[in-house]
Amino acid sequence: MNRAYHGAKDQILNIVLAYDDEDDRLFFQEAIEEIEIRTRLLMFHNGQELMDYLAKEDTVLPDLIFLDLNMPVKTGMQCLKEIRGNPALRQVCIAIYSTSCSERDIEDTFVNGANIYLNKPNNFNKLRESIAKVLQINWQYHTSSLNKDNFLLRL
Amino acid sequence: MGIAHTLNGLGEVEIHRELSPEELEALADRLHHYGIQILGNPKMVLVQRIKDTIDRMLRNDNLRLYKISSYLSDQLEYSYAHLSNLFSEATHSSIENFVILRKVNYAKELIASGNHSLTEIAYRLNYSSVAHLSNQFKKTTGLTPTKFQRILQKRREHRIQQPL
Repeated sequence: MNRAYHGAKDQILNIVLAYDDEDDRLFFQEAIEEIEIRTRLLMFHNGQELMDYLAKEDTVLPDLIFLDLNMPVKTGMQCLKEIRGNPALRQVCIAIYSTSCSERDIEDTFVNGANIYLNKPNNFNKLRESIAKVLQINWQYHTSSLNKDNFLLRL
Repeated sequence: MGIAHTLNGLGEVEIHRELSPEELEALADRLHHYGIQILGNPKMVLVQRIKDTIDRMLRNDNLRLYKISSYLSDQLEYSYAHLSNLFSEATHSSIENFVILRKVNYAKELIASGNHSLTEIAYRLNYSSVAHLSNQFKKTTGLTPTKFQRILQKRREHRIQQPL
Protein backbone atom coordinates (compact mmCIF):
# COMPACT_ATOMS: atom_id res chain seq x y z
CA MET A 1 0.00 0.00 0.00
CA ASN A 2 1.40 3.33 -0.95
CA ARG A 3 0.58 6.77 0.34
CA ALA A 4 2.90 9.40 -0.97
CA TYR A 5 2.20 12.17 1.52
CA HIS A 6 5.72 13.41 1.75
CA GLY A 7 7.74 11.92 -1.06
CA ALA A 8 10.26 9.19 -1.48
CA LYS A 9 12.46 10.03 1.45
CA ASP A 10 9.83 9.26 4.05
CA GLN A 11 8.57 6.08 2.51
CA ILE A 12 9.65 2.69 3.68
CA LEU A 13 9.42 -0.41 1.54
CA ASN A 14 8.64 -3.62 3.40
CA ILE A 15 10.86 -6.37 2.07
CA VAL A 16 10.89 -10.06 2.92
CA LEU A 17 13.68 -12.51 2.04
CA ALA A 18 13.46 -16.30 2.22
CA TYR A 19 16.89 -17.86 1.78
CA ASP A 20 18.37 -20.88 3.49
CA ASP A 21 22.06 -19.92 3.56
CA GLU A 22 22.97 -17.69 6.48
CA ASP A 23 25.96 -15.96 4.85
CA ASP A 24 23.86 -15.05 1.85
CA ARG A 25 21.17 -13.63 4.08
CA LEU A 26 23.74 -11.43 5.81
CA PHE A 27 25.20 -10.20 2.52
CA PHE A 28 21.73 -9.39 1.32
CA GLN A 29 20.95 -7.51 4.50
CA GLU A 30 24.17 -5.53 4.31
CA ALA A 31 23.59 -4.68 0.64
CA ILE A 32 20.03 -3.49 1.20
CA GLU A 33 21.12 -1.34 4.15
CA GLU A 34 23.58 0.52 1.93
CA ILE A 35 20.92 1.48 -0.59
CA GLU A 36 19.41 4.94 -0.49
CA ILE A 37 15.82 3.70 -0.65
CA ARG A 38 14.55 3.09 2.86
CA THR A 39 13.52 -0.46 3.62
CA ARG A 40 12.45 -2.71 6.46
CA LEU A 41 13.78 -6.23 5.94
CA LEU A 42 12.45 -9.46 7.43
CA MET A 43 14.28 -12.73 6.78
CA PHE A 44 13.21 -16.38 6.86
CA HIS A 45 15.25 -19.60 6.60
CA ASN A 46 12.92 -21.52 4.35
CA GLY A 47 9.69 -21.36 2.39
CA GLN A 48 7.51 -22.80 5.13
CA GLU A 49 8.53 -20.09 7.62
CA LEU A 50 7.68 -17.48 5.00
CA MET A 51 4.27 -18.98 4.23
CA ASP A 52 3.47 -19.28 7.96
CA TYR A 53 4.34 -15.61 8.39
CA LEU A 54 2.17 -14.53 5.42
CA ALA A 55 -0.76 -16.56 6.76
CA LYS A 56 -0.78 -14.81 10.13
CA GLU A 57 -3.67 -12.43 10.59
CA ASP A 58 -1.70 -9.46 11.88
CA THR A 59 0.97 -9.61 9.17
CA VAL A 60 1.47 -6.40 7.21
CA LEU A 61 1.78 -7.56 3.61
CA PRO A 62 5.28 -6.93 2.24
CA ASP A 63 5.79 -4.76 -0.84
CA LEU A 64 8.27 -7.22 -2.25
CA ILE A 65 9.27 -10.83 -1.51
CA PHE A 66 12.66 -12.23 -2.47
CA LEU A 67 12.55 -16.03 -2.83
CA ASP A 68 15.36 -18.51 -3.23
CA LEU A 69 14.41 -21.44 -5.44
CA ASN A 70 16.28 -24.21 -3.62
CA MET A 71 15.21 -24.18 -0.01
CA PRO A 72 14.58 -27.02 2.41
CA VAL A 73 11.07 -27.86 3.67
CA LYS A 74 9.34 -25.76 1.02
CA THR A 75 10.97 -24.58 -2.20
CA GLY A 76 10.67 -21.13 -3.72
CA MET A 77 8.63 -22.54 -6.59
CA GLN A 78 6.08 -24.03 -4.17
CA CYS A 79 5.85 -20.69 -2.36
CA LEU A 80 5.43 -18.84 -5.64
CA LYS A 81 2.54 -21.08 -6.67
CA GLU A 82 0.85 -20.80 -3.27
CA ILE A 83 1.20 -17.03 -3.19
CA ARG A 84 -0.15 -16.60 -6.71
CA GLY A 85 -2.99 -19.00 -5.92
CA ASN A 86 -4.10 -16.90 -2.97
CA PRO A 87 -6.25 -13.88 -3.89
CA ALA A 88 -5.20 -12.04 -0.73
CA LEU A 89 -1.54 -12.20 -1.75
CA ARG A 90 -1.82 -11.87 -5.49
CA GLN A 91 -0.82 -8.19 -5.59
CA VAL A 92 2.52 -8.74 -3.84
CA CYS A 93 5.57 -8.40 -6.07
CA ILE A 94 7.77 -11.50 -6.13
CA ALA A 95 11.46 -11.54 -6.98
CA ILE A 96 13.24 -14.86 -7.44
CA TYR A 97 16.78 -14.63 -6.09
CA SER A 98 18.74 -17.66 -7.23
CA THR A 99 22.07 -19.01 -8.40
CA SER A 100 20.36 -20.89 -11.22
CA CYS A 101 20.72 -19.33 -14.66
CA SER A 102 18.87 -22.10 -16.41
CA GLU A 103 16.62 -20.50 -19.04
CA ARG A 104 14.00 -23.07 -18.18
CA ASP A 105 13.93 -22.14 -14.46
CA ILE A 106 13.73 -18.50 -15.38
CA GLU A 107 10.87 -18.94 -17.79
CA ASP A 108 9.02 -21.31 -15.43
CA THR A 109 9.09 -18.82 -12.57
CA PHE A 110 7.86 -15.98 -14.81
CA VAL A 111 5.09 -18.17 -16.19
CA ASN A 112 4.06 -19.03 -12.62
CA GLY A 113 3.76 -15.37 -11.74
CA ALA A 114 7.18 -14.11 -10.61
CA ASN A 115 7.81 -10.44 -11.46
CA ILE A 116 11.57 -10.37 -11.13
CA TYR A 117 14.33 -12.89 -11.64
CA LEU A 118 17.60 -11.86 -10.02
CA ASN A 119 20.60 -14.04 -10.68
CA LYS A 120 22.81 -14.07 -7.64
CA PRO A 121 25.75 -11.83 -8.63
CA ASN A 122 29.29 -13.00 -7.91
CA ASN A 123 30.36 -9.96 -5.92
CA PHE A 124 28.98 -7.68 -3.28
CA ASN A 125 29.00 -4.45 -5.30
CA LYS A 126 27.02 -6.04 -8.08
CA LEU A 127 24.58 -7.44 -5.54
CA ARG A 128 24.03 -3.97 -4.11
CA GLU A 129 23.56 -2.47 -7.59
CA SER A 130 21.13 -5.19 -8.60
CA ILE A 131 19.02 -4.85 -5.47
CA ALA A 132 19.03 -1.06 -5.91
CA LYS A 133 17.74 -1.45 -9.46
CA VAL A 134 15.03 -3.90 -8.38
CA LEU A 135 13.86 -1.57 -5.60
CA GLN A 136 13.91 1.47 -7.84
CA ILE A 137 11.77 -0.14 -10.51
CA ASN A 138 9.52 -1.74 -7.94
CA TRP A 139 9.04 1.69 -6.40
CA GLN A 140 7.93 3.10 -9.76
CA TYR A 141 5.38 0.32 -10.07
CA HIS A 142 4.02 1.21 -6.65
CA THR A 143 3.68 4.91 -7.24
CA SER A 144 2.85 5.17 -10.93
CA SER A 145 -0.11 2.84 -11.41
CA LEU A 146 1.82 0.68 -13.87
CA ASN A 147 0.13 -2.60 -14.78
CA LYS A 148 1.65 -5.30 -12.57
CA ASP A 149 0.63 -8.08 -14.94
CA ASN A 150 3.26 -6.73 -17.31
CA PHE A 151 5.93 -6.33 -14.64
CA LEU A 152 8.72 -8.70 -15.68
CA LEU A 153 12.35 -7.93 -14.95
CA ARG A 154 15.38 -10.10 -15.35
CA LEU A 155 18.75 -9.11 -13.87
CA MET B 1 -17.05 12.53 5.71
CA GLY B 2 -18.27 16.14 5.58
CA ILE B 3 -14.99 17.76 4.56
CA ALA B 4 -15.35 21.07 2.70
CA HIS B 5 -13.49 21.06 -0.59
CA THR B 6 -13.28 22.59 -4.09
CA LEU B 7 -12.65 20.85 -7.38
CA ASN B 8 -10.28 22.89 -9.51
CA GLY B 9 -10.97 21.26 -12.84
CA LEU B 10 -7.51 19.72 -13.24
CA GLY B 11 -8.51 16.49 -11.58
CA GLU B 12 -7.35 17.95 -8.28
CA VAL B 13 -9.23 18.60 -5.07
CA GLU B 14 -8.45 21.39 -2.62
CA ILE B 15 -9.45 20.81 0.98
CA HIS B 16 -10.38 23.98 2.91
CA ARG B 17 -8.99 23.20 6.32
CA GLU B 18 -6.09 21.30 7.85
CA LEU B 19 -7.08 17.66 8.53
CA SER B 20 -6.07 15.83 11.68
CA PRO B 21 -3.76 12.87 11.10
CA GLU B 22 -6.66 10.51 11.94
CA GLU B 23 -8.95 12.19 9.41
CA LEU B 24 -6.24 12.09 6.80
CA GLU B 25 -5.69 8.39 7.45
CA ALA B 26 -9.43 7.67 7.22
CA LEU B 27 -9.74 9.67 4.00
CA ALA B 28 -6.70 7.92 2.53
CA ASP B 29 -8.23 4.55 3.39
CA ARG B 30 -11.51 5.38 1.67
CA LEU B 31 -9.83 6.83 -1.41
CA HIS B 32 -7.38 3.96 -1.63
CA HIS B 33 -10.38 1.73 -2.18
CA TYR B 34 -10.94 3.61 -5.47
CA GLY B 35 -7.27 3.52 -6.45
CA ILE B 36 -6.81 7.19 -5.54
CA GLN B 37 -3.88 8.40 -3.49
CA ILE B 38 -3.48 11.61 -1.57
CA LEU B 39 -0.70 13.97 -2.57
CA GLY B 40 -0.31 16.23 0.42
CA ASN B 41 2.83 18.00 -0.55
CA PRO B 42 3.03 20.58 -3.40
CA LYS B 43 6.26 19.01 -4.62
CA MET B 44 4.57 15.64 -4.97
CA VAL B 45 1.70 17.31 -6.84
CA LEU B 46 4.19 18.72 -9.32
CA VAL B 47 5.90 15.33 -9.64
CA GLN B 48 2.52 13.79 -10.40
CA ARG B 49 1.90 16.48 -13.05
CA ILE B 50 5.23 15.66 -14.64
CA LYS B 51 4.27 11.99 -14.78
CA ASP B 52 0.82 12.75 -16.19
CA THR B 53 2.27 15.08 -18.82
CA ILE B 54 4.77 12.44 -19.92
CA ASP B 55 1.99 9.87 -20.19
CA ARG B 56 -0.19 12.21 -22.19
CA MET B 57 2.70 12.94 -24.48
CA LEU B 58 3.57 9.30 -25.11
CA ARG B 59 -0.02 8.36 -25.82
CA ASN B 60 -0.76 11.21 -28.19
CA ASP B 61 0.43 10.72 -31.75
CA ASN B 62 0.49 14.46 -32.44
CA LEU B 63 2.92 15.09 -29.59
CA ARG B 64 5.19 12.23 -30.56
CA LEU B 65 7.88 14.38 -32.10
CA TYR B 66 8.21 17.02 -29.40
CA LYS B 67 11.26 17.03 -27.19
CA ILE B 68 10.26 15.86 -23.73
CA SER B 69 12.22 18.61 -21.97
CA SER B 70 10.70 21.51 -23.91
CA TYR B 71 7.20 20.05 -23.79
CA LEU B 72 7.40 19.63 -20.01
CA SER B 73 8.69 23.14 -19.35
CA ASP B 74 6.07 24.63 -21.74
CA GLN B 75 3.22 22.76 -20.14
CA LEU B 76 4.20 23.12 -16.52
CA GLU B 77 5.81 26.58 -16.71
CA TYR B 78 8.97 25.68 -14.85
CA SER B 79 12.48 25.36 -16.21
CA TYR B 80 13.42 21.82 -17.15
CA ALA B 81 16.37 21.96 -14.75
CA HIS B 82 14.00 22.71 -11.87
CA LEU B 83 11.58 19.93 -12.85
CA SER B 84 14.41 17.52 -13.34
CA ASN B 85 15.97 18.16 -9.91
CA LEU B 86 12.65 17.98 -8.15
CA PHE B 87 11.76 14.73 -9.89
CA SER B 88 15.05 13.02 -9.06
CA GLU B 89 14.82 14.10 -5.46
CA ALA B 90 11.30 12.78 -5.04
CA THR B 91 11.27 9.52 -6.98
CA HIS B 92 14.71 7.85 -6.94
CA SER B 93 14.73 8.16 -10.72
CA SER B 94 15.53 10.79 -13.33
CA ILE B 95 12.88 12.08 -15.75
CA GLU B 96 14.83 10.43 -18.58
CA ASN B 97 14.69 7.06 -16.82
CA PHE B 98 11.03 7.50 -16.12
CA VAL B 99 10.33 8.23 -19.79
CA ILE B 100 12.19 5.06 -20.81
CA LEU B 101 10.29 3.04 -18.22
CA ARG B 102 6.97 4.43 -19.47
CA LYS B 103 7.83 3.89 -23.12
CA VAL B 104 8.84 0.30 -22.44
CA ASN B 105 5.70 -0.12 -20.36
CA TYR B 106 3.58 1.18 -23.21
CA ALA B 107 5.40 -1.18 -25.57
CA LYS B 108 4.54 -4.03 -23.16
CA GLU B 109 0.85 -3.12 -23.26
CA LEU B 110 0.88 -3.03 -27.04
CA ILE B 111 2.71 -6.37 -27.21
CA ALA B 112 0.32 -7.88 -24.65
CA SER B 113 -2.70 -6.76 -26.66
CA GLY B 114 -1.39 -8.94 -29.49
CA ASN B 115 -2.62 -6.55 -32.18
CA HIS B 116 0.60 -4.82 -33.14
CA SER B 117 3.83 -5.82 -34.84
CA LEU B 118 7.13 -4.68 -33.35
CA THR B 119 7.62 -2.42 -36.36
CA GLU B 120 4.33 -0.64 -35.64
CA ILE B 121 5.18 -0.35 -31.95
CA ALA B 122 8.64 1.05 -32.67
CA TYR B 123 7.14 3.66 -35.00
CA ARG B 124 4.37 4.64 -32.64
CA LEU B 125 6.79 5.10 -29.73
CA ASN B 126 9.18 7.10 -31.85
CA TYR B 127 12.09 4.64 -31.87
CA SER B 128 14.32 4.93 -34.91
CA SER B 129 14.12 1.16 -35.56
CA VAL B 130 12.89 -2.16 -34.19
CA ALA B 131 16.47 -2.86 -33.11
CA HIS B 132 16.49 0.33 -31.01
CA LEU B 133 13.18 -0.62 -29.38
CA SER B 134 14.36 -4.19 -28.71
CA ASN B 135 17.60 -2.90 -27.24
CA GLN B 136 15.94 -0.51 -24.84
CA PHE B 137 13.34 -3.14 -23.96
CA LYS B 138 16.05 -5.68 -23.17
CA LYS B 139 18.07 -3.18 -21.19
CA THR B 140 15.06 -2.17 -19.10
CA THR B 141 13.44 -5.56 -18.52
CA GLY B 142 16.28 -8.06 -19.11
CA LEU B 143 14.06 -9.78 -21.67
CA THR B 144 13.68 -9.41 -25.40
CA PRO B 145 10.22 -8.35 -26.64
CA THR B 146 9.80 -11.83 -28.19
CA LYS B 147 10.59 -13.59 -24.92
CA PHE B 148 8.26 -11.25 -23.05
CA GLN B 149 5.50 -12.07 -25.49
CA ARG B 150 6.11 -15.82 -25.07
CA ILE B 151 5.96 -15.63 -21.26
CA LEU B 152 2.65 -13.75 -21.34
CA GLN B 153 1.28 -16.27 -23.82
CA LYS B 154 2.34 -19.19 -21.60
CA ARG B 155 0.88 -17.52 -18.51
CA ARG B 156 -2.46 -17.32 -20.27
CA GLU B 157 -2.34 -21.00 -21.26
CA HIS B 158 -1.22 -21.87 -17.73
CA ARG B 159 -4.21 -20.07 -16.21
CA ILE B 160 -6.62 -21.84 -18.51
CA GLN B 161 -5.19 -25.21 -17.46
CA GLN B 162 -5.23 -24.38 -13.73
CA PRO B 163 -8.20 -22.19 -12.91
CA LEU B 164 -7.64 -20.40 -9.60
